[in-house]
Amino acid sequence: MANGSGRPKPAPAVWYRTEQNEDTFRLIVGGFWIISEARRLDFLVKAIQPKGFTRVEIDCAALERLDTVGAWLLLRTKRELQHHGFDVQLVNVREEYRALVHTIDHDCTAPPAGLPPPHTFADRLERIGRGLVHALYQVYGLIGFFGLVADETAAVILNPRRLRVAALFHQIEDGGLNALPIVGLLSFLIGVVVAYQGADQLRQFGIDVFTVNLVAVGILRELGGMMAAIVVAARSGSAFTAQIGTMKVNQELDALQISGISTTEVLVLPRLSGLIVTLPLLTFYSNMMGLFGGMVMCYFALSITIPAFLEQLRASVIDWTFWVGLIKAPVFAFIIGLVGCYQGLHVERSAASVGSHTTRAVVEAIFLVIAADAAFSVLFSVLGI
Amino acid sequence: MRAIACDSPAIRVRGLVSRIGGRVLHDRIDLDVFRGEIVGVVGGSGTGKSVLLRTIIGLQRPVAGNIEILGQNIADLDDEALVRLQIRWGVLFQDGALFSDQTVAQNVQLPLREHTDLPQQLIDEIASVKISMVGLPPDAAKDYPSELSGGMRKRAGLARALALDPELLFLDEPTAGLDPIAAAEFDELVRGLRHSLRLTVFMVTHDLDTLRATTDRIAVLVDRKLKIGTITGLVHDRHPWIHEYFTGVRGRAALAN
Repeated sequence: MANGSGRPKPAPAVWYRTEQNEDTFRLIVGGFWIISEARRLDFLVKAIQPKGFTRVEIDCAALERLDTVGAWLLLRTKRELQHHGFDVQLVNVREEYRALVHTIDHDCTAPPAGLPPPHTFADRLERIGRGLVHALYQVYGLIGFFGLVADETAAVILNPRRLRVAALFHQIEDGGLNALPIVGLLSFLIGVVVAYQGADQLRQFGIDVFTVNLVAVGILRELGGMMAAIVVAARSGSAFTAQIGTMKVNQELDALQISGISTTEVLVLPRLSGLIVTLPLLTFYSNMMGLFGGMVMCYFALSITIPAFLEQLRASVIDWTFWVGLIKAPVFAFIIGLVGCYQGLHVERSAASVGSHTTRAVVEAIFLVIAADAAFSVLFSVLGI
Repeated sequence: MRAIACDSPAIRVRGLVSRIGGRVLHDRIDLDVFRGEIVGVVGGSGTGKSVLLRTIIGLQRPVAGNIEILGQNIADLDDEALVRLQIRWGVLFQDGALFSDQTVAQNVQLPLREHTDLPQQLIDEIASVKISMVGLPPDAAKDYPSELSGGMRKRAGLARALALDPELLFLDEPTAGLDPIAAAEFDELVRGLRHSLRLTVFMVTHDLDTLRATTDRIAVLVDRKLKIGTITGLVHDRHPWIHEYFTGVRGRAALAN
């Protein structure tokens, strides 16, 4: 094939050359105008500038292969030249490519489908604003959901037959019984850690026997309940969101609703009440395992025998210490269950949404549990217990 | 070398045996799909139509048998060669299988960005061409899959399947869940694309109207075997299921016009 007019040199697989007669500028294209050559073609065809002519003919007779991308490049060239006032025509398109060229020429008038524009500083500011508003809506929504749940709970209490007993026991087994190993292990280790750190410090003052007090107060008032709540938020809270969210994606919630069954009653109340029953029990278990861990550590690190440990324990656990931890548990359970179910019900119909709401459920539940714990501390100190 | 590749069928299946959970779904089936042809696979629920499609595109391993696509035996290919072959075919899954965290434009651009070194601007343009080729409005490009209707999701899935100008297109129930008008439009679209892109199409479908409107040949999965023929040939088949399928109320209505 001859090359004309000093244009960029064509490669063997794909080429074009130009010819000029009178007022017509002829662009003769040939070879393989396909996606694998498109990078070069894209660059080449942009360089075409038929200055001083009025008519442009794009001659396609020598095309050996043409795919969508090649056809698009031809048509894009045609359109750009037309835009600059040239009279452009595609000529000698082989029969087999006519349909393709026609389809693209007819269908594709849209501007390029770009990616979302990159973020600017204003976008980031906007994001902060949106985040804040969203958080406030979240609080508003949770309060509304709290009201709804309270209302349904009252209805169930007035008519206890509406309580889903089987579902309730399933939740107790799933969220409570199955959590025993991990809660026990974690609390045991926390007991060990507190005793070890306490022993280290208190030994310097020669009052290492007070390690027992430290373990007892720390575990019973705060750590035992907190460990149980965090494990339950991570296990059950996330499960609530994922289960309810997936049901929503599958339109199961819609199916329940049109069957005249309240989603709150069937899905939320069993989970919530199951958690309120199990978390205090788990907290008690967690406390015991924590004390056990402390006792083991005291025995090995401080040589405090088990009877001595128990004796000191009895002295240190005065009136409310034991109950303070347990009183908080149902409140924590309520928060975790409420947030988990609320997030599940607000999943949108996509896989990514289930994931992001599950994350949010766990983070919010743990945040609210700790905030509630702080509030309890203030309350208890005001009450003097 | 190209001549050899062109003469071999687009898909050649020999002695394929598939088993799911101990149940034999396909018992030594043979199938040829020639270049430029549209072949539809039909069969009752649970006969393994989708399994056949998944096996051919390599998502599932056959128990026995040979599968050749575009002249290459899938089982012989290493990972790299398999990828080179995979970019020569496009698959439309049943509900589009669009990536839900990406816009339609991003979905269509993904294969282009992964498998070509084109400049971003050209990729944008190509994506827009594909999106309009499948009949989606231009502003659908920036929508997320959850914002689209079922029919639009299928079109977007088709645009992604066509992103790299494949030679071979696999469609899994392309018209299931579409209203009759949308389904007819989709048939028209597939026919048009076959004509303009010179595609070979392998589709699994239940839809008699689609079969009649688009396919050249039909493969019926009955008794773990494939019966292959044209619609006019299969209408007279004696097998009870095939007979019922084509001459039942729906079959007669679809074939009447």
